[in-house]
Amino acid sequence: MSWNTLLFMIFPYVATVVAVVVTVYRSIYRPFTVSSLSSQLLERKKLYWGSVSFHYGVVIILLMHLLALLFPKGLQLWNAVPIRLYLLEFSGLALGIWSLVGLVVLVWRRISDARVRTVTTSMDVIVLLLLLVSMISGVLTATTYRFGSTWFTAVFSPYLWSLIVLQPQPELVAPLPWIIQLHALNYFILLFVFPFSRLVHIITLPLGYLIRPWQVVIWVREARARAD
Amino acid sequence: MNVRAHISMLFHLDKCIGCHTCSVACKNLWTDRKGAEYMWWNNVETRPGTGYPTQWENQDHYQGGWKRMKNGLQLRIHSRTKGILKLFFNPALPDLEDYYDPFTFRYEDLFNSPAGDDQPTAIPISMITEKPIDIETGPNWDDDLGGSTIYAENDPNLKDVPQEVREQLGELERLVFNYLPRICNHCLNPSCVAACPSEAIYKRGEDGVVLVNENKCRAWRMCVAACPYKKVYYNWSSGKSEKCILCFPRLESGQAPACAHSCVGRIRYMGVLLYDADRIPDAADVDDENLVAAQREIILNPFDPEVIAAAKANGIDDGWIESAQNSPAYKFVKEWELALPLRPEFRTMVMMYYIPPLSPVVSVIEKDLVKLDLSEEMHDFEVFHRLEAARLPTEYLASLFSGGNVEIIRKVLRKMLAVRVYMRRKSVEGEVDQVALDALEKAELTEAEAEAIYKLTTIPTLDERFVLPPYHREMSIEAEGMDPLAHKGETGVGYLQVPMRGE
Repeated sequence: MSWNTLLFMIFPYVATVVAVVVTVYRSIYRPFTVSSLSSQLLERKKLYWGSVSFHYGVVIILLMHLLALLFPKGLQLWNAVPIRLYLLEFSGLALGIWSLVGLVVLVWRRISDARVRTVTTSMDVIVLLLLLVSMISGVLTATTYRFGSTWFTAVFSPYLWSLIVLQPQPELVAPLPWIIQLHALNYFILLFVFPFSRLVHIITLPLGYLIRPWQVVIWVREARARAD
Repeated sequence: MNVRAHISMLFHLDKCIGCHTCSVACKNLWTDRKGAEYMWWNNVETRPGTGYPTQWENQDHYQGGWKRMKNGLQLRIHSRTKGILKLFFNPALPDLEDYYDPFTFRYEDLFNSPAGDDQPTAIPISMITEKPIDIETGPNWDDDLGGSTIYAENDPNLKDVPQEVREQLGELERLVFNYLPRICNHCLNPSCVAACPSEAIYKRGEDGVVLVNENKCRAWRMCVAACPYKKVYYNWSSGKSEKCILCFPRLESGQAPACAHSCVGRIRYMGVLLYDADRIPDAADVDDENLVAAQREIILNPFDPEVIAAAKANGIDDGWIESAQNSPAYKFVKEWELALPLRPEFRTMVMMYYIPPLSPVVSVIEKDLVKLDLSEEMHDFEVFHRLEAARLPTEYLASLFSGGNVEIIRKVLRKMLAVRVYMRRKSVEGEVDQVALDALEKAELTEAEAEAIYKLTTIPTLDERFVLPPYHREMSIEAEGMDPLAHKGETGVGYLQVPMRGE
């Protein structure tokens, strides 16, 4: 078995299964452990500059990745006019650098602030390192292999779709430059780490808040009625 | 009419001596844990003062409570959409410095230091980093510092007090202070519940206790900012919010909460109030000065047959109704109208009530001797008629307890003073004269009421102070599908899993 098969065929499936199974287990049987583990109480200023730029940058970039995967035709139509291509590429790169800077601030905060250091677990360090690799390799890809939004759909989407439809073709990744392979592999490692780390807070995004009533009242007698 | 029951606590501030026994009892029982060191679910503040966390009442800064808008009450901290958008950074959250850096001392240095020329000392260390720190503040750093220029002068409640009086409050021989013990107010319209994006905070229907479900808490910390009383705290170690639970395991087994039970001044009372839940939104949405009246309005008379029928229809059992009829809370809040909500203009409709403190006896220093300012035979009477000259300004108390409505404060103080005048005539001088009867009449009290107020204020027994309803915990256990006999004598559920940070 080649490295290519191991890392880009077997590992993605292992990571996905682990991510789903452990996340479901943790959400149901260990809900106390699921938390965004905010440390804003302990340190405020650096968190503001780091967290806001990192989170908003990374959320938009991930959404763009997803859109490119789901709507390749729409992306190609958008890029048909050069000015729109430049606009997309430029804003993508800007967002990448913005969130990378945010991440660096967050890493610096973890290292420099004594209070934040005391609440830092080894898993936090692993997550931060993986995110650093992910963002640096992403920004380098965007700068060294220009116009990713044009070649992504042709070069990378087929591989991802082959995974999604359960007919994996890892050989599609083999000819790609190492930095792009690293970027992809790092994503699967993050996926693998996801359920064991604070990253699980991503799926707890509380969108229900937009529609729920303001007040929440819980009755024991209702539970009793259900038991009867 | 949607009748619900609420367990309520009263603080008789005229009896509080500021000893912090309540705070220590609570600390020992609930917050003597990692991540909770800085939390004081029960704290006692010196007023005028800035409180804990510093200036908690300043909602321009902390964004707590509700504000009136054209379309009804809205959270001050955020709209729903903005609440989601601010998940990554919560601008209104207090810093640890607004509370204090929790500290202890390195006592082992006293024993383990190598022999030397100097006595070893136990240096202060932070309980978070365990590194040496300079202690700069603490949870009751301004204790007894009435009149001080850094603390008392910055009390937000002094804004309506005339400048001349404010200056007097800073004079050495005229300064005045009282104590303000505070716990979670277990509000009827809690803004912490409304602000939680994860739906983790809820109000128990049966007794109104507001609790955080830590299994649902995701550490967005909106509750901490949204509570205008700053009584939800964030545990920096476990990554979950925590708050006063009104000692519900004790209540469910018929004991008063630890803070109330340990109170050496016996200032605290507990009892059931029946209220109309349908009228909460309207009662919270009136002008500031009418808030106290509106809140009294939705508290129902537990002797009214109509109320009793509606309560029963709503599943409130006879034990709770009887408990509501004997409740000291009902007497002080509704019958005598002596107990008032703390800062009602935050519009969360608090269910813990305060009986305001009387001022110290007026005195002057003459030839190095402290002397009463008033002629002796007249002094009850004169203080009674000169409330505007009370050393604790009525504008100040009105800001704390009646949304700025001074007349409500005057009424309460007049009643308390009238009871004092009447009872002194009766028990010390042995004869109730016209002065005492006039005082009662002016305070709108009957002799029987004055007697009852005196008794419940001064010589109540434990059972009169704490009228706790039967919780029927066995039924709650059945509701979980468990056998009540197998869990007889147990309270609480303990940790199902050891709380580890994020693991």
